[in-house]
Amino acid sequence: MATIDGDYMGMGLRIDDLDVENVAYFQHCAAHDFHLQACNECSRLRYPPTTACPWCMSRESTWKKVEGKGAVHSYTEVHHAIQPAFRGKTPYMVLLVDLDTQKGEPTKDEALRVIGNLCTSDGQLAPPDMVKSVGVGTRVRMVFSDVSAGIALPQWTIDETAQQPAKPWRYAQE
Amino acid sequence: MPLPRQEVDATTPKYLRDKYAIVGVGETTYTRGSGMTTRALGTWAVRNAILDAGLKASDIDGMLDYSGGDSTSATFIAGDLGCRLNFYMDVVGGGSSTEALVGIAIGIIEAGLCKTVAIFRSMNGFSQVRIGGTGARSAAPVAGDMLHNRAYGWQSAGQSFAPTFMRHMYDYGTTPEQVAHVKMFHSRHASNNPKAYYKKRFTVEDVINSRFICKPLHLLDCCVETDNATCVIVTTAERAKDMKQPLVQIRGVVGRCSKPRLDMHYQHGPISTVAGHYAKDILWPNAGVGPEDVDITGSYDAFTFTTMLQLEDYGFCKKGEGGNYVSDGTITLGGKRPNNTSGGHLCEGYTHGMNMVIENTRQLRHDADDSCLMGSNGKRQHTFDYKEGGCRQVKDVEVSANLGWANPATASSMVMRKGW
Repeated sequence: MATIDGDYMGMGLRIDDLDVENVAYFQHCAAHDFHLQACNECSRLRYPPTTACPWCMSRESTWKKVEGKGAVHSYTEVHHAIQPAFRGKTPYMVLLVDLDTQKGEPTKDEALRVIGNLCTSDGQLAPPDMVKSVGVGTRVRMVFSDVSAGIALPQWTIDETAQQPAKPWRYAQE
Repeated sequence: MPLPRQEVDATTPKYLRDKYAIVGVGETTYTRGSGMTTRALGTWAVRNAILDAGLKASDIDGMLDYSGGDSTSATFIAGDLGCRLNFYMDVVGGGSSTEALVGIAIGIIEAGLCKTVAIFRSMNGFSQVRIGGTGARSAAPVAGDMLHNRAYGWQSAGQSFAPTFMRHMYDYGTTPEQVAHVKMFHSRHASNNPKAYYKKRFTVEDVINSRFICKPLHLLDCCVETDNATCVIVTTAERAKDMKQPLVQIRGVVGRCSKPRLDMHYQHGPISTVAGHYAKDILWPNAGVGPEDVDITGSYDAFTFTTMLQLEDYGFCKKGEGGNYVSDGTITLGGKRPNNTSGGHLCEGYTHGMNMVIENTRQLRHDADDSCLMGSNGKRQHTFDYKEGGCRQVKDVEVSANLGWANPATASSMVMRKGW
């Protein structure tokens, strides 16, 4: 196996060949197929990839397909980009999404909270009016931003088929 | 409030209470464009702290410092100043390191490894390694764990912490105006601090009307980026009694106490609760005091929100009522429990927490370096008039609490008292 290099909007992404957890994670994403590690001992899923189970310390896990559906738990809307790749793309949204899978387990305060940008269904950063329609509680589904062979980033878009809250909670000042 | 005067009770597990002291504090100027290396800055601040303590270079036999690839090792600072060390260590880290290193200093002195420890932070946070993550760092390739954050344009401190801040507003109805009071009050404090980089007073409206950086943060919700170095010196209270400055004793310390899942703390909720929630259960029992006994606080203000979240989770108000606590006048000079009387990171300068420990040390000496006139005894004659450009000494202050912050999942803290 070799180191995987990608270029995403002019920003270099690199996965070292020794980083086998991230290699596997992003290769599944490149196939538009979201997988997480399931612990071989306690069977819990975890995110992001880790080298042991945060609940039972087992080092053994198996990649398992997970449904990319959930609701926005919190977010930020970036108006002043730090990285050159994101300048000219503002405002863009970073969503912290509670997956439906394993929500509230093993304790009520825990969930698989998966980061992603708000995107269009083809994985492009969302335009300003879409940004303005999303807040805490918005139902989202996973889409992917293709980067290069072996890397795609899991992202979020509004789930058109889901029942949406009447008015998702948004920071008051636009 | 005054604490009882008693000899150290070495028979209890808390016997380190009051046994150690901060005996010297030192700073450089707070600037944007220092025109010198972090080595020169560090040397300057450590020298100032040694002189403040009335010590000589040869009295310093321990040195600790913290940085993130943006500073100079203790080896050069000690070498330049002529300190021969019995213990030194350079630690990786930024915010929440100061109190943690005071804890380590107490531990190594207690273990007999050295006697007097200088702790410093030196940084060109504006002109070299930008604390906001701009400059060369923003364009670096993204690899390893950063693939799950920087690849999403989720990199700077403000961007990383924002989901915590936003969720607090969602969970508890905290308003932007409430939180903006932190900047207003700290800017008033800074206006009475001749050292502060920004001395201008700001209003709540100024904060709300400043441009968005990343919601819910406006420009004026964010701290400054400055070039500076800072230093505190720790030794035993026993030795401190013969030293130059009024005694300031350490009651208790918490070092880098964390929430679960430090690798990605948002996996564990409630995400509107921060590490102070855990740290308080170490801090208050070890210090033998509670929030109600504390006269002044130094709650880390990397952002207006961090001050509020920590004060709330350490129990200065009920959970969820932080917005009210920071806006009702409690935390301003003249209020019941002023916070960051120097202006803090929002106004004085950014030093990853150490300038707030320096400020509280000076407050506990009753010797805040404001514009009040010097008396014939060589001490400032404080007026306790907190008008712009006036006094910033808190009257009758006896107990302080510093609440350090690295991120929502990591906290350090320290209670100090006026010595006796």
